[in-house]
Amino acid sequence: MDDCHGASTATAPPPAGVAARQHIVAIVGPPNSGKSTLFNRLTGLRQKVANFPGVTVEHRMGRVRLEHHREVYVVDLPGVYSLQPRTEDERVTHDVLTGQMESLPRPDAVMLILDSTNLSRHLALAAPVLSLGLPTLVILNMADDLDRRGGEINAAELSRQLSSPVALISASKNTGIDKVLDFLSGATLTQAPKAPLMQLPVIQDVPKCRDWAANLSRRTEYRAPAPPMWTRRLDAIFLHPVVGPLVFLAVVIGVFQTIFTGARPLMDAVQAAIETSGQWMEAALPESALRSLLVDGIWTGVGSVIVFLPQILLLFLFIGILEDSGYLARAALIADRTMAKIGLQGKSFIPLLSAYACAVPAIMATRTIENKRDRIATILIAPFMTCSARLPVYTLVIAAFIPEKPLLGIFFGTRAAALLGLYALGFLAAIFTAGILKSTVLKSARAPFMLEMPPYRWPTLRSLLLRLLDRSKVFLRRAGTVILAVAIVLWFLSSFPLKDGKAPEISQSFAGTIGHAVEPVLQPLGFNWKIGIGLITSFAAREVIVGTLGTIYAVEGTSESIGLQEALRHELTPGGAAALLIFFAFAMQCMSTIAVVRRETGGWRWPIVQFTYMTLFAYGFAFLAYRIVN
Amino acid sequence: MQLRGNKQVYRPHIAERNLTTLKRGESGTLDRIDLPEDDARRLMEMGFLPGHAVTSANAAPGGDPRVFRVDGSEVALRRETARHLILR
Repeated sequence: MDDCHGASTATAPPPAGVAARQHIVAIVGPPNSGKSTLFNRLTGLRQKVANFPGVTVEHRMGRVRLEHHREVYVVDLPGVYSLQPRTEDERVTHDVLTGQMESLPRPDAVMLILDSTNLSRHLALAAPVLSLGLPTLVILNMADDLDRRGGEINAAELSRQLSSPVALISASKNTGIDKVLDFLSGATLTQAPKAPLMQLPVIQDVPKCRDWAANLSRRTEYRAPAPPMWTRRLDAIFLHPVVGPLVFLAVVIGVFQTIFTGARPLMDAVQAAIETSGQWMEAALPESALRSLLVDGIWTGVGSVIVFLPQILLLFLFIGILEDSGYLARAALIADRTMAKIGLQGKSFIPLLSAYACAVPAIMATRTIENKRDRIATILIAPFMTCSARLPVYTLVIAAFIPEKPLLGIFFGTRAAALLGLYALGFLAAIFTAGILKSTVLKSARAPFMLEMPPYRWPTLRSLLLRLLDRSKVFLRRAGTVILAVAIVLWFLSSFPLKDGKAPEISQSFAGTIGHAVEPVLQPLGFNWKIGIGLITSFAAREVIVGTLGTIYAVEGTSESIGLQEALRHELTPGGAAALLIFFAFAMQCMSTIAVVRRETGGWRWPIVQFTYMTLFAYGFAFLAYRIVN
Repeated sequence: MQLRGNKQVYRPHIAERNLTTLKRGESGTLDRIDLPEDDARRLMEMGFLPGHAVTSANAAPGGDPRVFRVDGSEVALRRETARHLILR
């Protein structure tokens, strides 16, 4: 085994931080078997998320501390029902376990985690896993549920039949974990396993594997637990033909309201902290290009993205609660019929709803969609949803060009109607695009829609917090790399070339030059070079255009600024204003979104396709709007 | 076990009962899956194996998709899929 390990590390270098002699153990199991809970339990904060090159599937790698300062690396693989490499998840799991994954040496051992309350079916996965010939610990999770609902298993007999150690645990209640740690620190980790007493079936044959598992559960005196009564009772409410949709609506409105209004004070606080610390830095440092780079470029640029962090975290808190409790599957079921009409499926609903706050967490949330085509389609249409960064732009232009007149009493006026219309436009563009995608690029025989309904469970604080931490790290790493780079480039463009050793007027800067250069392209939309500069800087985040226009016109750069509204009325015809609104509704003016699409789709192909499509779409409709209104 | 590749040609017999003919709370025994092999395998891995009992449970508003209890799990299927799962 040692030789084998040495050989595999020679061909494939271990991931950063994995010393050559340290052991890697893979966690394998079906979805909803508690893999992530066990992984979190074992590794705590000593974990990180990584992507395999060229695939959208991510895996988590973590260190487990053992006695005598020893450590073992644990890798959490995507949940699978078999090791037949058909879907991307299955291929990744298969390739890692057989040592075919380039970026990772073949694991030294496997922890196979199964749901003990549904063992006669889940044991079928033991056949292909044991046939790999790696030392394997069979973990029967949710032992507390099994016990409470009157189920039973002879774990010693199972261990004898499989010639492998078996641990009966509850990852969420933290019982039986010592057996897992024993396996990780014991000698069995590196000893070639004995062949199972019970001969393995032909692993390609699903019914044979299932029969084998049934036979095995008989021999080990497995008694399946009583059905989960609480889940049945809750489903009688949550999937009730009348009450169910009402609960669903209440949940959706609650989530939406909280991420919109609940996140506001937090976002304002972050904004204030960034501005105050920026001013403090400005006062503390001598005037120089470096100060300008630090304060105006990096701090303000990255800050304009970090402002969205509270909203993103709140959203992930909700998604975490929905997913861990089991309600997300019910919500997907209720939403499926509606989503199917636009060629998507129920699981696309929550990500698309999230996109109304911000496309970045929405795109990260598409990970709950197992079907790759549906996932890509959801990612591609998510940025059409009206995110909160568009609001300041909409507010400014609407306030400048649309006089407030009541339409339906005092509650609904022309301005509110215009805003609502923009929301509707984004939604229609998304539906239209989903239709195109489903009949062209992503067209193929669709896999049947299957959605497993897990039993309801209390989400644990620990796993919610770890998830939030994980999502913030991913988001901030984006802010720290791609977004930082773009912020520096944007700062450079607006601060150079120097005039008499000082930063130039924005019209004289490189950004101004580019604005002038692109003016002919923007002319058909009714935009001049100043709007052009705004379009360039709005790549940092859409609402940055408001501040930029404020700088150009030397007035206060906020949506409520009367001076800026005046300036815009001089600058744009009503047609140009309509074109600007339409452009912002449809264009992918957001470096964070581009960065996250690249990460989630595992390459530049989809973000480039998406950016090109959305820009052309925005340009075309902005042109139409300009012509029609003028 | 019968697997047919072309679902366009396939028309269910009037006499043939499939999962969609089960009323809520009713059970039946699965006979075969009339879907391409890959799809049939996926369904089998989720528990829809010939010879196993399937019970129809809750559904989304409008009755589609519907949850089926099979082999200790609850799995929701759309009507378009469920009608290809033929009962004995």
